[in-house]
Amino acid sequence: MQVRARAPINAIIVSSTKDPLPAHMSSQREATLAAILRTHEDAILAEWVKEQSARATRRDQLNETQLRSTAREFLRGFVQALASGSTDIRSNAWSPVRDLLAEVSASRAQQGYSPTETATFVFSLKQPVFTRLGGELKDAQSLAGALWSATALIDELGLFTTEAFQKTREEVIQRQQRELLELSTPVVQLWEDILALPLIGTLDSGRTQVVMESLLQKVVETGASIAIIDITGVPTVDTLVAQHLMKTVAAARLMGADCIISGIRPQIAQTIVHLGVDLSEVTTKASLADAFGIALKRRGMRIGSGTTTERA
Amino acid sequence: MSGTGTASGPRVEDERSLPLRSGEDVVRLRQAVRERAVATGFSLVDQTKIVTAASEIGRNTIQYGGGGEVRIAVIANGTRRGVRLEFRDSGPGIADVEQALKDGFTTGGGLGLGLSGARRLSDEFHIDSAPGRGTQVTLVRWKPF
Amino acid sequence: MERIPILRMGRFLLVTIQVDMHDQLAMTLQDDLTQRIVRDRARGVLIDISSLDVVDSFIGRMISNIASMSRVLDAQTVVVGMQPAVAITLVELGLELPGVRTALNVEKGMALLQSAVD
Repeated sequence: MQVRARAPINAIIVSSTKDPLPAHMSSQREATLAAILRTHEDAILAEWVKEQSARATRRDQLNETQLRSTAREFLRGFVQALASGSTDIRSNAWSPVRDLLAEVSASRAQQGYSPTETATFVFSLKQPVFTRLGGELKDAQSLAGALWSATALIDELGLFTTEAFQKTREEVIQRQQRELLELSTPVVQLWEDILALPLIGTLDSGRTQVVMESLLQKVVETGASIAIIDITGVPTVDTLVAQHLMKTVAAARLMGADCIISGIRPQIAQTIVHLGVDLSEVTTKASLADAFGIALKRRGMRIGSGTTTERA
Repeated sequence: MSGTGTASGPRVEDERSLPLRSGEDVVRLRQAVRERAVATGFSLVDQTKIVTAASEIGRNTIQYGGGGEVRIAVIANGTRRGVRLEFRDSGPGIADVEQALKDGFTTGGGLGLGLSGARRLSDEFHIDSAPGRGTQVTLVRWKPF
Repeated sequence: MERIPILRMGRFLLVTIQVDMHDQLAMTLQDDLTQRIVRDRARGVLIDISSLDVVDSFIGRMISNIASMSRVLDAQTVVVGMQPAVAITLVELGLELPGVRTALNVEKGMALLQSAVD
């Protein structure tokens, strides 16, 4: 009974090539491959790092020491997973390797590398590996098998890296959006004790949540007991947004502040009724001005003209 | 019904267990979950949600499960991290889990609010319970970007 | 055994909850408050939860119960200082504490109690 299970990123990869060898022979092949890689670890690493630096197009060069240590960690993880007999990069045996790649991807995405530059980390491993395999395996069939194995694995890992990269880019964008929202939350203090939150534009669930949390925080900071949420500038409201609005009103009430919702246009009124949202507990007003008037009245004040200040 | 284990399940970065036998244990549970949530980088609201969910299930474990234990883990799934709580008791178990989850907010107490509330406060919720088999509840909250 | 102190301010009782309460402590508070309302003939109870960073369904029900019992004893209850994160979580939990009056802080809570009993 899982609510909202999220697919792990490695579920996206689908292996489509067919292994030419039967199972019992292929695990032997993996073991051989692992042994060769382990034997030639230093040489492979040296060439691999050189290959990456040569392909790097960024002016701020990769920190060689760090690159070397990451590469070593990757290679060891790769060999270990291979040695366990597994060629399914989605399996547990490959989990340390996947995690390392995810980190590399994430950090490069954040630094502004392109997807190709990032995947180069994995793909540039092929040449050094092939060179070693060619040197060690003289029999054509075992060489072909080992090359096939190595290339299939490296390809899948390279693809995984690209997927992880894309995911991180999305995360960065979303985080930046969120930060922008928090900075630009327009809560206005209309009067001592009265806040207004004029919302503009299309509200999505995430944005609404951020903005509402901001409003509640401002309520605490200013000690306001009335908050006017004006949605004149909001073209449409869907169920989620309507629910967030209602939750904010309820939360504000628990904190000791009352909310007034203003600027509900006819279309939105229809939507809200249609969605079955219960507005009976909430004060609503057609315009922000009306809402302000009500708020003042509740605070025992009235706007009047003249030279004396009256309190109603 | 199995728990969270799948071949490519999340990696566990840190794990600790706490006993749940007394009221004070629930207080300790709240503090421990808060600390882990802070360490994982959750916002204040998200911290509060998971600590509250923990409190609900922790209390159930003691009151209806006769006591048990909880495993608090910080987990990672590729690029995101989260907190996972696994509650376990060998109490009488719940005869009708569906009903228990549906039960509304009875002022007299009861399992209802605790279970459904904790589910609402979590990103992932998993319950395994039957008479004679005790109860296991797993909650996960992920840190959003 | 530890108890949460209850202060008397004129006709009102003031309780400031500053510790993460275990269930027993909460039950004791409920009992103590009820007794004090009768003993001091209090007309109002102000519960300050500004220090609480978690309020779960048990504490929520305790607050509801205190409000109900006070009403029976002809006293008003006001809860003040709920933190935004706590309020958001309570709403998500489905606990809206109907029948419990709220205010932002002790000062406003007192004003509310005054106007309620006048």
